[in-house]
Amino acid sequence: MYSRAYKSVASIPPLLWVGVFLLLPYALMFVNSLWAVREGLIVHQWNWDNYKTLFTNPLYAQVLFRTMRIAASVTLCSLLLGYPLAYYLAFHAGARKDLLYQLVIVPLWVSYLVRGYAWKTILGSDGVLNGFLQYFHLTHEPVGFFLYSPFAVVLMLTHIYTPFVFLPIYAALEHIPRQLVEASQDLGAGSFQTFWRVILPLSMPGLLAGATFAFVLSLGDFLAPLLVGGPSGTMIANVVQSLFGAAFDWPLGAAISVGILVITISLLFLSEILEKRWAFK
Amino acid sequence: MSASAANPPEQSTTDGAALLEVRNVAKRFGALDVLKNISLNIASGEFLTLLGESGSGKTTLLRLIAGFEQPSAGEIWMVGERLDILPPYKRRVNTVFQNYALFPHLSARDNVAFGLRVKNTPASEISGRVEEALGMVKMQGFAAARPCKLSGGQQQRIALARALVNRPQLLLLDEPLSALDANLRKQMQSELKSLQREIGITFLFVTHDQEEAMALSDRIALLRDGALEQVAPPREIYAHPATAYTAQFIGQTNLLRGEIRGSIATCGALRWPLEETDGPVIFSLRPEAIRICADGKRQTNEVKCRGSIRQQLYGGSSELLEVDCGSGQTLRVRIPACGPLTGEHEFIFSLADAVRVQE
Repeated sequence: MYSRAYKSVASIPPLLWVGVFLLLPYALMFVNSLWAVREGLIVHQWNWDNYKTLFTNPLYAQVLFRTMRIAASVTLCSLLLGYPLAYYLAFHAGARKDLLYQLVIVPLWVSYLVRGYAWKTILGSDGVLNGFLQYFHLTHEPVGFFLYSPFAVVLMLTHIYTPFVFLPIYAALEHIPRQLVEASQDLGAGSFQTFWRVILPLSMPGLLAGATFAFVLSLGDFLAPLLVGGPSGTMIANVVQSLFGAAFDWPLGAAISVGILVITISLLFLSEILEKRWAFK
Repeated sequence: MSASAANPPEQSTTDGAALLEVRNVAKRFGALDVLKNISLNIASGEFLTLLGESGSGKTTLLRLIAGFEQPSAGEIWMVGERLDILPPYKRRVNTVFQNYALFPHLSARDNVAFGLRVKNTPASEISGRVEEALGMVKMQGFAAARPCKLSGGQQQRIALARALVNRPQLLLLDEPLSALDANLRKQMQSELKSLQREIGITFLFVTHDQEEAMALSDRIALLRDGALEQVAPPREIYAHPATAYTAQFIGQTNLLRGEIRGSIATCGALRWPLEETDGPVIFSLRPEAIRICADGKRQTNEVKCRGSIRQQLYGGSSELLEVDCGSGQTLRVRIPACGPLTGEHEFIFSLADAVRVQE
């Protein structure tokens, strides 16, 4: 189709982009992680100590574990919200489909920060939620754990990432030929059996893509814990941020970043393999 | 047959053993009348074909029976049970879909087992029945294959096995052979027919292909614009079409339009005596009913005419001639293959072969 010369010329910009904006920064980060800090200065002294700290200091393991738990909770909650929504839109919404679809997408156009502050307003001790509870005498004093807790982080991230989970699942469900649903009913399967045996397996690639989105994006999030997490809701990205900032320990921060990167890439590979296993045509 | 007393069948088949009764069924999509007051009985063990052009409503009727659509009016009964109020999964009816609709995530074997699994059939029974069904369609060797690895014909067989394994009382087939190429199609037609005879399940078959309908069916129900045009066995519908539409749709024919006056029928250049009341008239005359009259003689019950051959289409065992009989009358004539013909000839047909049809 295209000449070799054209192909090689056309491939320069993407290769350049990947090289300059992805591979080079990763390489620099990895190199950084092998250096050390002495008396407030970064010294180019090759060592694996940062990685040792990462595995031996329980603080980091604890935060990493909490981060994974929050990411897993966000994934689960987004799936529980996003899947039924996508299912309803794909199969039962009829004429309202387009409107509902837009309503799901619209929050994506609102700044992440605005949505974060909105949650602060809702969850705070003099916030909307506590005001409501006290007005109806359901509680006598403000409930503290709404804001500045892992709960708040999960809530906010679920709110933000549910559309990301919804979209691939909706696409997968829309792709299922309606005749397969009819065939299933024809063979004696009611709604539940049809869902379990036909629709769910066929939407698996979308479900996996959505789950991967939610988990990976939550794993690296630092704004939600910063805004609504408080000390008990700190996540690993906040640790990295402080190591690069106030603590001025770039090498350790880089080592943690490499760790997160390894986890993320492994997850993406795993999800890719699973999606391929579930992909049919 | 046990139709309840409150709902006596409005039309019975010849032997009276109706398996399915469609009673005054209509279907509207918005302002569109897709089916208009259809009444049709299907006898147990019968191979009935719904034949019609695209848009005639044949697939809609099939979907009403399967339960994928609800009738706007009328009822559907199956052996004393009202069918049209049941959801599809509660009907003892199975469908072979036009594009097979095999589950892409399941192997051929699991596709066939699907209907048994959802009904919680014991596993020990499932494997036996699945093997049996795969055997019926000669697909035992492909049990482990995913549908995407199978050819169109093989997918067709799996779709058939997937329906038959449930031992339905009625099998609905929605243009199941239309996606196959001509040779495979002929082969599948013959297999389908012998399979139906072997297992004795009632088949309701939808097609737009009149040859297929003629070859397979015990009876043909011809649909036109959502109404039944004629329901009859293939030989009868071919020999005695009720309407001009039927005569043209099923096989080829010459429609002779003319009038009767004073016991003489006149259609263009053709005239013959006919003891009927005066008025306009249409006859259907099959091309093969006309022959070349070599000796110029004719019997009293025959009609003779002269015509010149305008075109000759060679069809292997036969020739199709287009004959100009003068006065703008063209006849199509099918004769056994005889080599090239030119010029004027005398043609002759028997009066009994000119079948009077309605508009």
